Amino acid sequence: MIKNSEFKICFSVMTVLTILVGLFQSWGIALSMLNLCLISAVMAMGVNIQWGFAGLINFGVMGFLAIGGLATVLISVPPVTEAWSAGGIGILISGLFLLAVVFSVLIINKRLSNHKYKNFFIFVIIILSIPLLKFIAGPSISKIESINAATSGFLGGANLPIIFSWFVGAILCALVAFVVGKVCLGLRSDYLAISTLLVSGIIITIVKHEEWLSRGVKNVIGLKRPVPYEVDLQNSEWFIKLVEFLNSSKLSNVIEFDERTSLLNQLVISSSGVFVKLCFSLIFLAVVLIILYFSEKALNSPWGRMMRAIRDNEEAAKAMGKNVVKQHLFIFMLGSAIIGFAGAMLVTYDGLFTPSSYQPLRYTFLIWVMVLLGGTGNNYGAILGGFVVWFIWIQSAPFAMLVINIFTSHLNETSYIKEHLVNSVPYFRYLMMGLGLLLVMRYRPKGLLPEKIIKN
Amino acid sequence: MDFLNSIILLTNFIIVPGITYGSQLALGAIGVTLIYGVLRFANFAYGDLMAFGTMVVILVTWFLQSKGITFGLLPTALLALPVGILLTIVVSLFFDKTVFEYYRNKKSDPVTFIVVSLGIMFVLNAVVRIIIGPNDINFMDGHKFIMKAREFKQMTGLNEGLALKSTQVITLITTIITCSILFYFLNKTKTGKSMRAYSNNEDLALLSGIDPKKIVLLTWIIVSILATVAGTLYGLDKSFKPFTYFNNLLPIFAATIVGGIGNPLGAFYGGFLIAFSEIGLTYAYKKFFKYIMPEGLEPSTLIQFISTDYKFAISFAILIVVLIFRPNGIFKGKVI
Repeated sequence: MIKNSEFKICFSVMTVLTILVGLFQSWGIALSMLNLCLISAVMAMGVNIQWGFAGLINFGVMGFLAIGGLATVLISVPPVTEAWSAGGIGILISGLFLLAVVFSVLIINKRLSNHKYKNFFIFVIIILSIPLLKFIAGPSISKIESINAATSGFLGGANLPIIFSWFVGAILCALVAFVVGKVCLGLRSDYLAISTLLVSGIIITIVKHEEWLSRGVKNVIGLKRPVPYEVDLQNSEWFIKLVEFLNSSKLSNVIEFDERTSLLNQLVISSSGVFVKLCFSLIFLAVVLIILYFSEKALNSPWGRMMRAIRDNEEAAKAMGKNVVKQHLFIFMLGSAIIGFAGAMLVTYDGLFTPSSYQPLRYTFLIWVMVLLGGTGNNYGAILGGFVVWFIWIQSAPFAMLVINIFTSHLNETSYIKEHLVNSVPYFRYLMMGLGLLLVMRYRPKGLLPEKIIKN
Repeated sequence: MDFLNSIILLTNFIIVPGITYGSQLALGAIGVTLIYGVLRFANFAYGDLMAFGTMVVILVTWFLQSKGITFGLLPTALLALPVGILLTIVVSLFFDKTVFEYYRNKKSDPVTFIVVSLGIMFVLNAVVRIIIGPNDINFMDGHKFIMKAREFKQMTGLNEGLALKSTQVITLITTIITCSILFYFLNKTKTGKSMRAYSNNEDLALLSGIDPKKIVLLTWIIVSILATVAGTLYGLDKSFKPFTYFNNLLPIFAATIVGGIGNPLGAFYGGFLIAFSEIGLTYAYKKFFKYIMPEGLEPSTLIQFISTDYKFAISFAILIVVLIFRPNGIFKGKVI
């Protein structure tokens, strides 16, 4: 697998882009770009599993990313004991109530499967349960939210290592995807697109407004890290020695002792940031490679062949005795789990969880552009798409700035048009994305690295 | 007296805002449903098309205002509306010629159409933000209130006031005019009938000698008119912000599907259904029950079904319920 030419294309593009940015801008920027590229690649692989392998159109990426992000909060943040003692019982009781509602709906659905008013009963139960739930949980929620509202005001988490939350995020997403899939997967492609988009809207609304759970719009900051902190690095002996060794030629030019120490200090501070990012890069790269390995294995296995068969001709696959509904549900859960994993990675890398930042344009449609641009149905395509699109997304502002400066060079510095254009530089990235997507769809509808047809 | 008070209360906080918001959604939803019915895809760029039309209206409004031209008591934006409509038509037709036509001739599947409409969504999004910026813009001028709550109280001697903004009345009147013309056109004129025939059965319509190019052109023109009118009314009533317009796409989609996709009349009702459930379910009825309940039985809680934070979520939930139980919509849309 490693001797694959597409593999080489992918990772050489990635290396070249990173080195270019490193040389022309700075290594810090290059590495943070690389990290976000790697995370994007994981997201794109998740979407690619759903869309490329099985032809399921999931516009709810944003919702699953947010659930993954929520998992980091629920797992890694220390629990707020006061909040638990104030309202924990109320929350647990309402959780039990919710479970009871779900079970009664399931039982009605099963027992009365042929009853005329079955749907009506289910509907009434759900409608009644919402105000009841509010009635039960309301007092505890307001108690929890009033405890240290400025710094906590939520239940906190389980105080476990944050890496653990990546897996929990994936599991949570798979569970949510199970429910969403049960409801929506029977729908036709465009209905499925719209309904998943709306479901992700509901998920974001919940994460944003249930402050006892996620602190909502007040954000959770200072999350744990799977890598060392810069401050610790700057004070550790081995790291200073390492920096000294790496920069020995630069340092040897400086003769005076004071100057040398201050230069060394500067170097230690700047390289500690780079070192932390490098650690993240290694972890993320490992994740990408592992998911890629299994994804490729799956794609080339009998199971992958069956998925492609279902995608290309559902009726024929059904006639061959394949359980299309079950396979669709499974692959929807699998893809969503990977997306949730990426969501948790993203929040871990940022170190903060900001529910209000989840917007469909950035977290759903951009990921889709990555998949479509890179090549649907091809894992390497998804990775390449993740890299290229994120690179364009990041670099289009400086590029647009350059173009604007060239075209308005004859204008005065204070000219209104120039000022206006310079202020709107961040929005040129949307233009680039849109044009890129339209051009690819027109001239390379299968993406940059098209799916390979495996002939046996 | 208490009964009257309670009625006024509901009118002020549910019925009037519901009708206004419902009209705006209905106009938008009819546009989406027409695209779906005739061109056979869900247009994700529709919210941004609305934003584009409204942006042109705002720019023309500013130009007119700088020249000292206003529309008296009415907002200047109504004068600028024709220009906005015209430019939106030009943009729609441009995108149709450069993008959609190719895929239509190739008979691509609906998903491809959705994806290219995403591309157009990105482009329009960028164009609007580059030209007018991402900020909130209030372009309402002219007379603000037809009736203020205080005046109403003085006039009738009731405890509750009924405020009537001029934008609300303008929205209602414009919607009535637009929809009557549209439904007259679709149901009574020959061109309108041929459009419905094309939407109903493409092959049969082609056999009957209907020119598909003309139908497509006409659809884009109608859709652009609806998008610009709906966007401008929404902007006058609330304010213009590109991001809000993008977000409004979701309740519009909900209204479209609830009403039965491809069915203009269904979309019209769907808009009102979504608007009234969003407003009605998030309103706190405490004061209302205070008026109608006998003394001593007043409720102590807010009597609110769900908090206002979940306003959007309600329309999504309605949509999902409809999709599960009646995938063709309440008013039976087409099955393509």
